[in-house]
Amino acid sequence: MNDLSDKESAGELIQYIVIRLGEEQFGIDIRFVDNIVRMQQITRVPKVQHYLKGVINIRGEIVPVMSLRLIMDMNADEYTGKTRIIIVKMTGGDLIGFIVDQVDHVLTLDSNNIERVHRDDSKKHGEFLSGVGKYEGGLVSILDLNTLELESLESRDKERDKQLLSIAD
Amino acid sequence: MDVGQYLGVFLDESKEHLQGLNDNIMALEQDPANEDCINEIFRAAHSLKGMAGTMGYKRMQELTHHMEDVFSDVRAGQIKVNGDMIDTLFKCLDALQAYVDLISETQDEGTEENLDIIKALSDIRSGKSGGDGRDKSAEAKKEEAPAEEKKEAEASGEAPWKSIKLNDSVRSALVEAKEQGKNIYGVTVNIQESCILKAARAFLVFKGIEDVGEISVSDPSTQDIEDEKFDLSFNMIVTTDESKEKISEIINHVSEIESVDVGDFDLDSEAADADKASEGAQGAAASEETAAVAKADVKSEEAEPKAAAAGGNAAAQGGKKPAGKPAIARTVRVDIDKLDVLMNLVSELIIAKNSLISAATSEKAESGNVNEQIEYLESVTTNLHESVMKVRMVPLESTLQKFPRMIRDLNRSLGKKMELTMTGEDTEMDRTVVDEIGDPLMHLLRNSADHGLETPEERIAAGKPEVGQIFLRAYQDGNNVVIEVGDDGRGIDVESVKKRAIERGVITPEQGEAMSEKAIIGLLFNAGFSTAKVVSEISGRGVGLDVVKSKVESLNGEVDVRTKLGEGSTWIIRLPMTLAIIQALMVKVGGETYAIPLDSIQIIEDVAPDEIKLVQNREVINLRGSVTPLIRLSKSLEIESNQPEDANMVVVIVKKGEQQAGLVIDEMLGQLEIVIKPLGKYTSKCKFISGATILGDGEIALILDTNALV
Repeated sequence: MNDLSDKESAGELIQYIVIRLGEEQFGIDIRFVDNIVRMQQITRVPKVQHYLKGVINIRGEIVPVMSLRLIMDMNADEYTGKTRIIIVKMTGGDLIGFIVDQVDHVLTLDSNNIERVHRDDSKKHGEFLSGVGKYEGGLVSILDLNTLELESLESRDKERDKQLLSIAD
Repeated sequence: MDVGQYLGVFLDESKEHLQGLNDNIMALEQDPANEDCINEIFRAAHSLKGMAGTMGYKRMQELTHHMEDVFSDVRAGQIKVNGDMIDTLFKCLDALQAYVDLISETQDEGTEENLDIIKALSDIRSGKSGGDGRDKSAEAKKEEAPAEEKKEAEASGEAPWKSIKLNDSVRSALVEAKEQGKNIYGVTVNIQESCILKAARAFLVFKGIEDVGEISVSDPSTQDIEDEKFDLSFNMIVTTDESKEKISEIINHVSEIESVDVGDFDLDSEAADADKASEGAQGAAASEETAAVAKADVKSEEAEPKAAAAGGNAAAQGGKKPAGKPAIARTVRVDIDKLDVLMNLVSELIIAKNSLISAATSEKAESGNVNEQIEYLESVTTNLHESVMKVRMVPLESTLQKFPRMIRDLNRSLGKKMELTMTGEDTEMDRTVVDEIGDPLMHLLRNSADHGLETPEERIAAGKPEVGQIFLRAYQDGNNVVIEVGDDGRGIDVESVKKRAIERGVITPEQGEAMSEKAIIGLLFNAGFSTAKVVSEISGRGVGLDVVKSKVESLNGEVDVRTKLGEGSTWIIRLPMTLAIIQALMVKVGGETYAIPLDSIQIIEDVAPDEIKLVQNREVINLRGSVTPLIRLSKSLEIESNQPEDANMVVVIVKKGEQQAGLVIDEMLGQLEIVIKPLGKYTSKCKFISGATILGDGEIALILDTNALV
């Protein structure tokens, strides 16, 4: 285990699945992860947001798949043998798949070792970067994917379009 | 012979035969000389008689026998079909239906002999006319019966609520209430015979009383009343600060209540009875001699409620046997093809299991091999799941069948002229939804007949055809099944709704001014709101709509209404059909597979590139004289077509209302029955896609919404 268990006042212990996007590590609360599947044929849905890559079939259910890289304004995915789709159970009960470069390991973190991020700092990655966890292997950004709201992403995109337009003018 | 196991089949088939009889007799009414109809009726009546006899339902058999005799004479040409005869036959069918309903609830046919109908049937055979007189006598009899009951009850000074048995906790609660100076009343509520949603009325009565007091006990129990397990009346004991008159006024305020009987509940005399009984019991312990007497006492007391219940049962056709619910399995009739598919899948499942075992036990167990087998297993189980879902799907038809007869009856009872047209009866939905949706639809149809349509005179004055039109349309719309019920009647008067809402204190006049038309019409769905000037026996608009709404919402659907004053209104029920199955044409566009619903396709054409003309910068083709715009799906779907420019194009001609358009595809794959799955809110941005389906190999194909494309 990589957690700092010698910490005196033990807070709540939460398990995170650590994933990689490029060099960065992110943690996703294991309670919200329904399943992790290998990269597979994704059925494209036309005319949707660029980060929505399409839909896949998970146990007979149609599940939308999003590119976490594109949501976070990183370079587009390059699918390799390590690429995985993390199926997250959203607060509303729907399932959403997120494409990640690779899944590293499971990490148990004491809630005391997580530094909450102020909203101002989280702008870069949208509204779902909730904190940074410290552990022996380094730092891991905690993602609250289950509360991700498409509306907030869309309004973010719209704002950006507006800025681009104003620059163009 | 133990016939219990055949009960389900008997009920199913009886219902089918009765429906067939209903349909055919209606057809016969239109065309009295139709021999096919008569033969069909004769056969159905004969089977029904045989089945009832086999199951040992003598009264039902007897009635069917007389009905069969009539048809036998009609078939032989000895008597002619006429209006009175049809009426009598319908009455007979209703009585048979009552038998079947009673059997399905209690496994017993009850004691109703229906002698008047049997007599009417033999009168027809012996050639007597005088249908009117017969009707009257039958009705009179019906009216007499409850009156007699009432008289009896009054004569013996026994109001029905007096039969309520109190247990100790209730009694002590009543004693306490009495000490607090509250009034204790016994209340008996009789609901009109024509009431459809008895439970809803009872609920309103309860709600009204609970505003001013408390219901200590009710007979039948509150649960049974909510489940509509009661006949036309129920009793309760109420503690309140209000007067008798007030209570009775509150209850009478609820529509479709026939009568209310409120009386003082005498706790002392009830207690005295109880004391006597317990004294008796104590005495029993003391001496053997008295024990015998007491035992007899106790026995008779036990027997009493039983007898009362049994009596109630006999009188009440809808009554339930107090001892346990007879379990009758709900069945779905399944197309043999669907079962074959299931059977095949199960054999595939066994093969998959065997390959998995051999892959796992073989010496050189390669993980790749096992994975392959697991994937195969996955695809089989997915298909199995889908097939089972398909088995649950039934056409709406089974629910809609009874409506033509209902409208025919309303035609007579309301003195209006109307016609019902139904379309889309073959729309498939899950069995549970199909079962549940019947009542709301019936209510909406009755609403249309009673309130929507004007009288013939009014219609003529308004320049409309004398015969009013009522329609019911069912169809699939993307992920939903839509059922529209409407009429070409007077429409909803928004101003009068607003006025009524203000009068009733539902909204303030200020609110009324600020509300949009739509919001005001929405008030109709509020509980206890009625705009009908006269609350008739057909429907008392208000409670009904409230119930319709809650029922539809419980099925995850929604109700909406479109209305135009003077032109009619349409109620639109929209239900999600996560399970719906459609026939679709599978096509390829730029390497991707899409499904186009077959019912929107008119024809498929092969078009040469030089046939395309440009009109107002749009590509069109001349399709047998009509100019049809072309839509290149590859462009709409933002994908590269992999067909060469100069090759002939496959064009799927689709229609949207009166319009038509040609969708250019790359390749046709063929027709497939597909299960529509919702795409979910995250991918709802694409308007062209109405859903998705999972193909046999586990891949997903998107379903095109041609209405959005055209």
